[in-house]
Parts: sequence; structure tokens; C-alpha cells
Amino acid sequence: MYGNDFSADDAPGGGLLGEVEAAEAALREAAARGRRGGAPGPDEDLEAYFAEVIDADQKIEPRDWMPEAYRKTLIRQIAQHAHSEIIGMQPEGNWISRAPSLKRKAILLAKVQDEAGHGLYLYAAAETLGISRDELVELLLNGRQKYSSIFNYPTLTWADVGAIGWLVDGAAIVNQVPLCRCSYGPYARAMIRVCKEESFHQRQGYEILHTLAHGTPEQKAMAQDALDRWWYPSLAMFGPPDTDSTHSAQSMAWKIKRFSNDELRQRFVDMCVQQAEILGLTIPDPDLRWNESRQSYDFTQPDYDELMRVIKGNGPCNRQRMEHRRRAHDGGAWVREAAAAYAAKRVEKKEKVAA
Amino acid sequence: MNGPFDFALALGDDALVAAQRLAEWTTRAPEMEEDIALANIALDQLGAARLLLSYAGELEGAGRDEDALAFLRDDREFRNCLLVELPNGDFAVTMAKLLFLAAYQLPLYTALAGCADERLAAIGAKARKESAYHLDHASLWVRRLGDGTEESRRRMQAAVDQVWPYVHELFAPDPAAPVDPATLRADFDATVAAVLDEATLSRPESGWAPAGGRDGVHTEHLSYLLAEMQVLHRAHPGANW
Repeated sequence: MYGNDFSADDAPGGGLLGEVEAAEAALREAAARGRRGGAPGPDEDLEAYFAEVIDADQKIEPRDWMPEAYRKTLIRQIAQHAHSEIIGMQPEGNWISRAPSLKRKAILLAKVQDEAGHGLYLYAAAETLGISRDELVELLLNGRQKYSSIFNYPTLTWADVGAIGWLVDGAAIVNQVPLCRCSYGPYARAMIRVCKEESFHQRQGYEILHTLAHGTPEQKAMAQDALDRWWYPSLAMFGPPDTDSTHSAQSMAWKIKRFSNDELRQRFVDMCVQQAEILGLTIPDPDLRWNESRQSYDFTQPDYDELMRVIKGNGPCNRQRMEHRRRAHDGGAWVREAAAAYAAKRVEKKEKVAA
Repeated sequence: MNGPFDFALALGDDALVAAQRLAEWTTRAPEMEEDIALANIALDQLGAARLLLSYAGELEGAGRDEDALAFLRDDREFRNCLLVELPNGDFAVTMAKLLFLAAYQLPLYTALAGCADERLAAIGAKARKESAYHLDHASLWVRRLGDGTEESRRRMQAAVDQVWPYVHELFAPDPAAPVDPATLRADFDATVAAVLDEATLSRPESGWAPAGGRDGVHTEHLSYLLAEMQVLHRAHPGANW
């Protein structure tokens, strides 16, 4: 009744959800297997021990020794992920007040709430690496850490809410499912939880577009227009092409990343083509076609210059998104101060009673 | 109000308009945890609104479902109390509104759970559990703000003073209704007095008691709220979503 109340039959994401469950099982197995002989001895080579854990597909946990660069890479990646969840609430939140039916309003509200929850969960995972959420939020607000480029695009119609669910959450899942097997335990476990809810969101978005595409001519046009605007920004979510990706090789060696940007982008395109057909919508790429020898679709690459412009802060909504976040943060300062003062008074009272 | 249709409609409108206002906080709350909490409460209110409006539509028997009632009535046809349509203001105003709404809805839904109408009783039984959580959440924040810093105390008292006159409308006697709102006043007063005391806040003395919501005579705010809420639905008559 509060959302998610439609049949999941024939909706996308089924195979990916299976992969999430397999990753969860693998995680449990690895834990049961235990590490070779437990923790390293006092005079053991920590670097060698770290490499051995990674090689054996076991998990690095917060108390383990890890190379400083591994820690930093993870902080950057998990924080960016958390920031994306929080900033990502804005484009969809933009339509809560105008959702066209009460059922859709409930589903959207629940979804945006889930995203806040994912943000908190990911900040908690980042905190296991020895940095506080307050510090990370500060890094976001002063522009020293990024969030996903996709959230700098505006939601101009209701169909954009569907397109975000189907394409943006779809791309996020393709990206995140391999992270369910990432070498850092807290991140892998967070991804398993996040992916399960995310695949639900994707189905909801797909269902919105399906309803629109099979509705009135105006609704269908709205759905096609949304697909036209969100297709390339969604492809760009996988990052620059492998030839330009700076962090990839090291992240792959550490088993943080398991597939390259281009591999994941291809997987996403292959997944979307058939779904677009069922929707009855046209992917805005005249050169999209099946390649028999590669057993994959050939497609036109997104405009990576545009991606770089957006990442550098010059997309359509970068300024707006950051200002919105800052305004909420600054405007709420007196409330957080009040909560802290109240808590301090309570502690003082308790101490008096105890004494 | 008289009869179950008017009653269900009024309660459904209260919940719907409250949900619309609370949802405005999404992405704007003072902390991330509060973003989740306010969305959660908005979702509860919306859930109750859907049950109540669907039932009202059935009682009316004119073929209007929850969406027809929510999206195709003008402000003169809405029956919500004025309290829920007031703008969010700052966080203190929102918490004052939520405290008063929850302190009214909890005894209301509790009484409803025992009423003769089975559908209303089932809705009351479900919604009262949610209202108890809303009341707990609002009470906690009113205490934190009232007994927090100088600044938060000033704002919380101002919020209580601003919103208080609108609570009287909630308890206008209606002996014919499934639950007579007048019978809920004592419970409401006791709950609110305890929270305000703990928050070191005073209950304002004011004779002003604006009303009219139940007759469709609203503040100037409601029409704007509905314009935004209904714009897309009205732009596509008869469409499915």
C-alpha cells in the first residue's frame, strides 16, 4: 500500500539481482573459510599478508593493516558514492509534490527516503576507514569531493523520474553489482544491501516509463523525450573510456574494481536495448546495432568532453545542487546546535543524579 | 460535518495536506537522519490519506477514487483543518504543527479503532500506531529545541505561539460523527501540556480561534499547495500513471 505494490514479472534487473545474491553467498563462504591461519604474527610482513588476503578473494576488514593508498582510494570512492546518494535525492525530490497519482507519490517518497538511507549506510562504511561523516560532508560542501555527474541534469517532466529509475539506477546497479565482491568487507556488504533496494527502484522507474509509453500520445512523447535526454548522460556514468581512466589499473589489482569502465558500459547498453524495445521507445543512437562477431551492440560513445565539463562543475545544475545542499546544511545549524546543547544538559543532569 | 462520508473525507484531507507539507522538507532537513524521519512521517500520512479517501469515495458512491478526490477538487471542496495547510516555516514551526497534529490524531485514531464502522475501525487501528511514533518524534524535537540553546528556545516558543490558535478548530463538537472531536480535547491538552512543560515552554493565551477548514473556507495558502500538487494530473485528463 505504501509503494512497491506492482507485480515484478518481466521487469528488468532479475539477472543482476541473482548476481547480488551469489555475491552474498560468496561473502558468507569466505567468512566461514576463515583466513589462512588467522591474523598475521608479530614479525610477519604486513604487505605480504595484505596481498595474500586479496589473492585469496577474502575480505580486508577495518582493523587490518592496509596500504595508505588503498585506504585513500576507498575513502574517495565510498564518499563519492555516499555524496551521490544524498545529492541524488534532489532531482527526484523535485517531483514529489507534483507526482500525478497518490500511489506514485508514495513510491517516489519511499524511494527518495531509501536514498537517504543508502547515503547514511555508505558514510558509515567510509567511517570504518578512519574519517568522520562531518569531515566528508565538509569535503563535499567545499567542492573537494565529487558526486556522480548524472545528478547535475535537470528533471523537467514526470517521465524523467521514470528515466532516472530505469537508466540511472540501472547504470548504478551494473556498476555496483561487481562491488558486492569488492575486497573491502564493509563496502562489499554495503553494496549488497544497496543493490537489492536499487534494483527495486529500477523496476519502479521502468514501470513508470512503461505506463507512459502505453498511455496517451502526450505521455508517450514525454517518455521518449526523457529517454532522449537521459541516455547519453547515463552512459557517461561509467566514467571516461578505459584509455583515459586514471585509477582503474590499481583499483583492479586491489580488487576494488572488478571490471573496466568500458566493459560495464557495454554490459549496460546490451541490457537496455531489449528493455527499450519492450517499452516501445527508441534509444537515441542511429548507429546502435547488433554486432554478431562481438555478440554485443555497437553504439555511439557519449560526449566525454561534456562529461569532463560536468565533472568540473559546469553542468546544467551543478551550482543549484550544491547551493541547495549548503542551504539545507547552514539553515539547519541552529537545530543541530540545539540538539547538542539538549544532549549535553541531559548528561549533566544524569551526572548530578548519580553524584 | 455529518455522516461517515464527510468524516472520512475531512480526516483524509488532513492526512493528505499534512503529507504534502512534510514531503516539502525532503532534501532540506537540518540533518540527514531527519530527512529520513520526515519522509517517513509524510509517507505514513499519505498512506492514511489513501485509505481514508478511497473509503470516502466508496461511501459517496459517485465513482470518485482516491486520485479523483485528491487531484480534481478545488480548495473550496477540501475539508482539511487549517493547521495542516499552514506553510512549513522553520523547523520549529514544522515541529509545533506536527506535535499538535499527532496529539490530535492519536486519540482520534484510537477512538476510531473502537467505532462501529468496520472500515474506519481498521484504518484507525493501523494509523494510531503510526501517530504514536509521530507524537514521540515531535515531542522529542520540541523538548530539544525548547530546552536547547537560547536561539532554539526563542524560535520554538514563537512557533508554538504562531500555531496554537489553529488547534481549536480541531475540536469543534460534532455529535453525529463516528468520533465526536470535542471528546478528544482533554487528552490533547494533557499530552501537549506535558511536552511544553518539559520543553520549558509556555502555552499561549489567545482568544483568536480561526476556523473554516471543515466547511471549505481555507487560508490563502491551500490554493497554492493544490495548484502545485494537482498541476500534472489536471494537465492530462483521464490518463493513467
